[in-house]
Parts: sequence; structure tokens; C-alpha cells
Amino acid sequence: MIRVVLPAHLRTLARVDGEVTLHVEGRVTQQSVLDALEARYPMLRGTIRDHVTKKRRAFVRFFACGQDLSNELPDAPLPDAVATGAEPFLIVGAMAGG
Amino acid sequence: MSAIRVLVGTRKGAFVLTSDGKRQHWDVSGPLFAGWEIYHLKGSPADPNRLYASQTSGWFGQIIQRSDDGGKTWHQPGTPPGEPTTTPDGMPKGESNKFVYEGEVGKHLWYDGTPHPWEFKRVWHLEPSLTDPDTVYAGVEDAALFRSSNGGQTWQELPALRGVKGHLWQPGAGGMCLHTILLDPSNPQRIFIAISAAGAFRTDDAGKTWRPVNRGLKSRYELPDPNAEVGHCVHRIAMHRSCPGVLFMQKHWDVLRSDDAGESWHEVSGNLPTDFGFPIDVHAHEPETIYVVPIKSDSEHYPPDGKLRVYRSRTGGNEWEALTKGLPQRDCYVNVLRDAMAVDSLDPCGLYVGTTGGQVYGSANAGDSWAPIVRDLPAVLSVEVQTLA
Repeated sequence: MIRVVLPAHLRTLARVDGEVTLHVEGRVTQQSVLDALEARYPMLRGTIRDHVTKKRRAFVRFFACGQDLSNELPDAPLPDAVATGAEPFLIVGAMAGG
Repeated sequence: MSAIRVLVGTRKGAFVLTSDGKRQHWDVSGPLFAGWEIYHLKGSPADPNRLYASQTSGWFGQIIQRSDDGGKTWHQPGTPPGEPTTTPDGMPKGESNKFVYEGEVGKHLWYDGTPHPWEFKRVWHLEPSLTDPDTVYAGVEDAALFRSSNGGQTWQELPALRGVKGHLWQPGAGGMCLHTILLDPSNPQRIFIAISAAGAFRTDDAGKTWRPVNRGLKSRYELPDPNAEVGHCVHRIAMHRSCPGVLFMQKHWDVLRSDDAGESWHEVSGNLPTDFGFPIDVHAHEPETIYVVPIKSDSEHYPPDGKLRVYRSRTGGNEWEALTKGLPQRDCYVNVLRDAMAVDSLDPCGLYVGTTGGQVYGSANAGDSWAPIVRDLPAVLSVEVQTLA
């Protein structure tokens, strides 16, 4: 199972507490994790990436295993530790004031 | 016993202010959607329990919220609480935050005068149908008009509007927003909308075709052609239900009126201390009584002389009186944004104004005297009122 940590506002929208766990078919990539997340929680569609282009929203960042993965290709494999569930995939709102 | 519900959108959430018909004692609830910008909330005239809210964030984009019980509970349309979020065949239910322009996206003018592609940013204004709680219009940035006929679950653009010289529209200081939607109660085919900075537009066939209705507007310092057909920075337009052919406009500068459904406009700024401002509204029972909040200038967004004054004209413009009793008359440097003034339909008519300083002032006597309902909210973006039986 893949572990995903959502920022507080998205946990509120998805009506979840704490981490989300997802089953991901096939290769574990940003795209496949977000596809699975949005299928389970359709209210999050459009909040992390654009509905149509699937491009990451500018003020949303992705981290895992101490690395910034925000600008990795969407279909690049995520670290093994994420794929095995040892480490969570972090979706973070950028530190941009507000 | 009648009651009043005031729906307040702020920079950091929504608040609901409720009172009985005396409008002396208020309950304040909120924040709803804490931490999000709530550009607008509005109730359905056909079902006062049906409310819509535009919830936005620079991080996470646009969310539409809906309440079916007068604001007690809310959900994103298509994903009601406690129900499966997918259909039996696994497809997601509803896409209430999906606003996709129809066809070729096209370009409008950017601030520097160069072409710039349309990009959806947020919903500024939600206008529920006068007759069907499930039909609602959304005015968005970058400017376009969307409609939902299933309670906000899905949205479709009315794309002909952007075809009306959209390549010449440009953003105002707040963005290129479609902020005003007026539904003609006497003619369901007729809708007026207004855009900063494109102007006012009208459809007479429910959105299939549109045309600009800006004749008489003059933008001497903002446009190379002051009488241009499009490009004017209209801040707000208002109408009285009983006289849908009479429109009132607060433009960037100038207060204007039209007596022929927008075919022509003439200035009625009269003795206002400044004719810059954002909101304009009409008394609930007196079609020729109108209200504005003069603001010093396009760069000094606060009242002249540090005095917050609502101005009332009982003559449909030109002759204005300052309403000051109960409003701060010194050291006041707040703004009142375009959607932050509203009237109730009790008798006497109530008037409500929200400020960027977080105050919501109410008047239970058509503006003769005022009192703060609440003083310390986040900056107020919008105020709407429901008069409940």
C-alpha cells in the first residue's frame, strides 16, 4: 500500500484524518499515485493538478524520502521506499505566505 | 416572524450573520471553510435553503460548495457527505470544480497590451436562477460565464460571450473577472453581465449570442478611444426587480444609469464627492433609490477624508445625500468591494456593507442610521442577504 500525506486543507476536503493509504496498480509514479488518490477522493480532482493538462498546481509540491520530487517527470518511478510503503509520499502546500 | 440571513465571504472563510426581522441582535457563526478565500456566497431565490459558495485558494484552486439546509451543512456538489464518491461503474461523481473553456481557448489582452491566453483562476460570483434551485451561473476569472443545471455538479461555459471582441478585453487591477450577473425577472432569455475590464454585455437568447452594451461610457484616461465598444472597467451594475430595463452602474470612474436596458448610458454622478467606487445597489421597494460608496481614487482605495459614507440618491442619481450616522467619520481607510453591499426586502429596507477592515455594518432603516453587526472579521469580499419568511 502507498502512504500519502495530504496538506490540512485537502484532508478537510477529503474528510480524512492522518495519512491516506492507496492501492496502486503497476508502476508507482507520481501520476499513478495521483490517479489512485483522485479515484478514491474525487473531491480532490483539480486541487493538486489541473483537471485537463494534469500539470501540478504551481503552489503544490511533492516530497518523499527527504527529496523534493516536485519537478520529476510524472511517469518517473517514485523511490522504492514509497512503493513499498516504508515512507509516505508527501503532498505539501508551498511556503508562500497567505 | 421574518428573519434575515447575511452571507459574508472573506479572505479567510465565510461567516453567517442571522437576526430576526427587527435586525437589532445578531448571531455570528463561522468561519466556514476556514483559511480559504470565499469570493461569494448566494442563496437561491427559489429555495432559500439552497446556498452556493465559491471557495478558492492560491494553492489548491477552485472549490464549489453547496448547502441544502440553509447553511447548516455543506458539501461539494456531486460528493454529498456519507455517500459513495463514485458511481457503481467506478466513475467519479460530479466535477464541481472543473471549469473548462469551450473550444479554442483564445487570447485576451494582458496588462502590457500583448495577447495572453485565457486561464481559469477562480469563480468571483455565483448567481442562482430565479426559478430553479439547481440552475446557477458562475462568473469567473479569466472572464467567462459558466452555467450548471445540476446543482453545481458540472459546469458548461456559455462561450459566445468571449467571442464579443474578447481579444480586446484586458484585466483590471483585480484580474480579468466576470463579477456581475443580472437575471431579468421579466424575461428569462435576458441576462446582463459585467467584466473588468471589458464592460457590460447582454444576451436576449439565454446566452446563445451576446452584444456589448456600453454606449455612453467614457474612459478618458484608461482607453485610447474613450468611447470604445469594449474595454471599459465596469465595477458593478444593479437593477430593481420591478424595472428590469433600468440599470445603474458604478464604473471605475463615473456612476451611470441606463433607461433602455443598456442600449445607452448617461452619467448620474452629480454631487458625489468622488465618482470612483465599487458597489452599487437599489433599494428593495423604491426603484429610484440607489446607493454607492464613494472611494477616493483608483490608487487610493479608501473613503475621502477618512469618513466612511454611503451615499443615497432618491432620484435615481445626480442628487446624492451622505449617510453617516453610525459609520466611522474619522480615521477610516477601508474599502468596500464590489460585491460587499446588499439589501434585504423587509420594510423598512435593510442595507448591509462589508469592509476590507473586517466590519459588517447594517442599517434597518434604508441607510438613515447604521450599526456594526461584527467588527473584526478578515477582509470582507462579499455580502449577500436572504430575507426569510
